[in-house]
Amino acid sequence: MKKFYEQLTDKEQWKGLLMGNHAVARAMLEAGVKVITSYPGSPTPEIAEALNSVPQDMRDYHFEWATNEKVATEVAFGSSINGNMSVVFFKSVGLNVAADSLVQLGLMNLTGGLVVILGDDPGANSSQNEQDNRHFARMSYIPVMEPATPTEAYKMFLEAAKLSKKHQMPIILRLTTHVCHAKELISFGAIGESNGYKAEFDVNNGPYLPITKTVFPLKKKAMEKLDLIRKESERSPFNNIYSPFGCKEINGKKLGIISSSMPALSVMENLDKAGKPVDLLQINFSYPMPEEMIAGYLKDKDEVIIIEELDRIMEYEIKALAFDRDIKCRILTRKTHDDIMGELTSDRTWDIMTGHWPEVFESGIKPVTQPFANPRIPQMCPGCGHRSAFHAIKQALPDGTITVGDIGCHSLGFFEPYNMGEMLLSMGHSNGTAAGLTIGNEKRKVLAFIGDSTFFHAGLPAIINAVLYDHDFTLVVMENGTTAMTGHQPHAGTGEIGEKISIDKVLESFGVKFIRRIDTYQQKKLTEYIKESLDHKGFSVVIASHPCMLKFMKQQRRKEGFVQKHVEIDQSKCERHLTCIEDFGCPSFVKNEDGSITVNEDLCIGDGSCRPTCPVSAIDFKKEAK
Amino acid sequence: MKDLNIYMCGVGGQGIGLLAEVMLRACHKAGYDVKGVDTHGLAQRGGTVVSHLRIGKKIHTPLIPSGKANIVIALERLEGARAASEMLDEGGKVIYYDAEYQTIGNRLGKFKYPTHEELEATVKAKNGESVRVFEEELSDPRMQNIVLIKKMIELEWIPGVDTAIVSEALAELMQGKMLEKNLELLKA
Ligand SMILES: Cc1ncc(C[n+]2csc(CCOP(=O)(O)OP(=O)(O)O)c2C)c(N)n1
Ligand code: SF4
Ligand code: SF4
Repeated sequence: MKKFYEQLTDKEQWKGLLMGNHAVARAMLEAGVKVITSYPGSPTPEIAEALNSVPQDMRDYHFEWATNEKVATEVAFGSSINGNMSVVFFKSVGLNVAADSLVQLGLMNLTGGLVVILGDDPGANSSQNEQDNRHFARMSYIPVMEPATPTEAYKMFLEAAKLSKKHQMPIILRLTTHVCHAKELISFGAIGESNGYKAEFDVNNGPYLPITKTVFPLKKKAMEKLDLIRKESERSPFNNIYSPFGCKEINGKKLGIISSSMPALSVMENLDKAGKPVDLLQINFSYPMPEEMIAGYLKDKDEVIIIEELDRIMEYEIKALAFDRDIKCRILTRKTHDDIMGELTSDRTWDIMTGHWPEVFESGIKPVTQPFANPRIPQMCPGCGHRSAFHAIKQALPDGTITVGDIGCHSLGFFEPYNMGEMLLSMGHSNGTAAGLTIGNEKRKVLAFIGDSTFFHAGLPAIINAVLYDHDFTLVVMENGTTAMTGHQPHAGTGEIGEKISIDKVLESFGVKFIRRIDTYQQKKLTEYIKESLDHKGFSVVIASHPCMLKFMKQQRRKEGFVQKHVEIDQSKCERHLTCIEDFGCPSFVKNEDGSITVNEDLCIGDGSCRPTCPVSAIDFKKEAK
Repeated sequence: MKDLNIYMCGVGGQGIGLLAEVMLRACHKAGYDVKGVDTHGLAQRGGTVVSHLRIGKKIHTPLIPSGKANIVIALERLEGARAASEMLDEGGKVIYYDAEYQTIGNRLGKFKYPTHEELEATVKAKNGESVRVFEEELSDPRMQNIVLIKKMIELEWIPGVDTAIVSEALAELMQGKMLEKNLELLKA
């Protein structure tokens, strides 16, 4: 059996069951991509997982985790104008960070080619919103391809790379969560001869400097390129008609559906099931829209529903097209606000179809489902250092303290039983928001959190701002030595990439006057430091540190002779204070029918961080493991 | 054979990723056309994790419509009960490992943790069948998924997915001691 990286780098053709993200990584190797950059974020990190699985000396490409998405975009841009095929990828909201540079890319001659892979997240499965990045593409004059399946993601990447190189312009490959993670059997092509890195930047390929004089010509060229790409989308095999039962008049009307990417699959399934002569125009090479193809489709129909996921983007463009060309077809919308939210699975898509054409797609065959009222809210792992930090910090906060959350595992502190981190905008927002909360506020203390990856990603400007104005709040850096929530990627402070950059030294060099560092398992001391820091007039920082225990335990379990420790509760000592379960809240504790508390040994990692929380010291390491 | 929708669920950290990957590969090796998708969100443990596996010739989307699962494979009782309520089709089958991972709502007394009887009643109401699996002597909780697969093979719910095929799938996904231990359990 070949190892995964051996398959991934196999020069010959092969077939395999792969997820969309891994298939795209293979496509990069086939397309001769030289430079790939990213910042972690679901649903795309498995692209990096695949690329990083290949031993360094076997790589014919350079991959880097950049400090944030904007830096990642700039690195990819730089390598592209040097003549290297380049890729940058990140999650949906990553585009907001990248935007300042990304919106310029369409104006530039990207001689090596550049594909931007976006992981959009309809349904907000693992994101703070479900923003529809097709808007950004339009604002930036960048074409968009939207694969529906892993196979298509693979094929579209190859096509995107080709077009990008040919037209020297960026192309967006917009994946969505369940395209990234879907798995199916895919047939891959061969990998050609290596073409080496280039250093061919030539200012005459530009201009690359958008100043007043050049902006108009650059913008004009971008629009002309889009016109050329529109011709490609008109003849693209990714835009096609699905017609399992043909299209004939039903009650005197010819009916059709226009859809794209994953919702188009839902429509196909529904058409198969219904057995009615209604067909589907699937537009997966979606921007610039193939106007001739769509106009032709509309002319042949009396009514067409536009079924796209999230915002009404295709719909408005298609309506404008029909209006301009005086096409009589009725174009039907998704009617409700709910239809603009979440993923359009086949059952939800069926409801949209039934809503418009109840005589064609019967309702009433609703499945026998019942919502299950017993939510499982995600929690920090057993032994997580963030938990000890929240528990200790809570003891130190005067009534009325406002706590500002940020992105990362510690954002789960908002849930019971900690209820800390009461607002969240984006990565690195906490210091800015906290500063605003202090202005003119003599009454209430303000405390902000930030993770260590976020500190470097987007935290620094607002920290500098807080230092300059000496804004009166306390920042707690929740340092766990990794970018945990997205799957333990390295960052500037971990020492896995280059030499570790010390958060303490960075803060000292900024001139922060109050800095304390403490391991979060030392809860008493942490509580003291927080009290002190809140008393300190002006900006203060406490670095609350403990390694991510999920990562740590994974490493420990791999070691020879590893023995799993646990804690147990001495039932003769326990007075049912319930501090362990109700305040500290490690998920390993079990509340039994009789009211007693025990430990679930499947979950407990035996770190003992719960011990100091028990007022009668009833929790201790289990005897045999001592 | 009729198309089959197999819905797998559990709590983050229980090894549903491996369960799903083994099932996907085993069904493929048994000659079926397969599509799957894991809906794993975040790294940390403790949330609901699910995976969809669909087999059949004319499947387009990997996502099982709600209430259309023919088979539910649950690694934990509460998640099994949730899937039985929300995903199981009329006449569907549920196999669950009887691990009990309380939610924060359970521990704070806001929600009751479901009993076996409640889970089984939900399945009965849909004219389905449920199978409880529990292995008292299991040393490593991360092998509960293998115990479930073993039972699945015995029940022959997916024709053609047998011990040999599952062993082959396992061998593609792990090696050394880990593989030995899992194979031993599977073949015991
Ligand atoms: C702009 C942006 N990029 C990426 C993400 C994805 N993301 C979610 S949580 C997280 C981890 C942050 O790491 P860290 O600050 O170290 O906190 P930890 O999870 O380790 O506690 C990331 C990168 C995001 N939400 N927004
Ligand atoms: S992944 Fe690490 S940081 Fe995140 S909750 Fe688990 S132990 Fe804590
Ligand atoms: S020792 Fe066990 S019960 Fe205590 S905090 Fe750690 S994992 Fe939780």
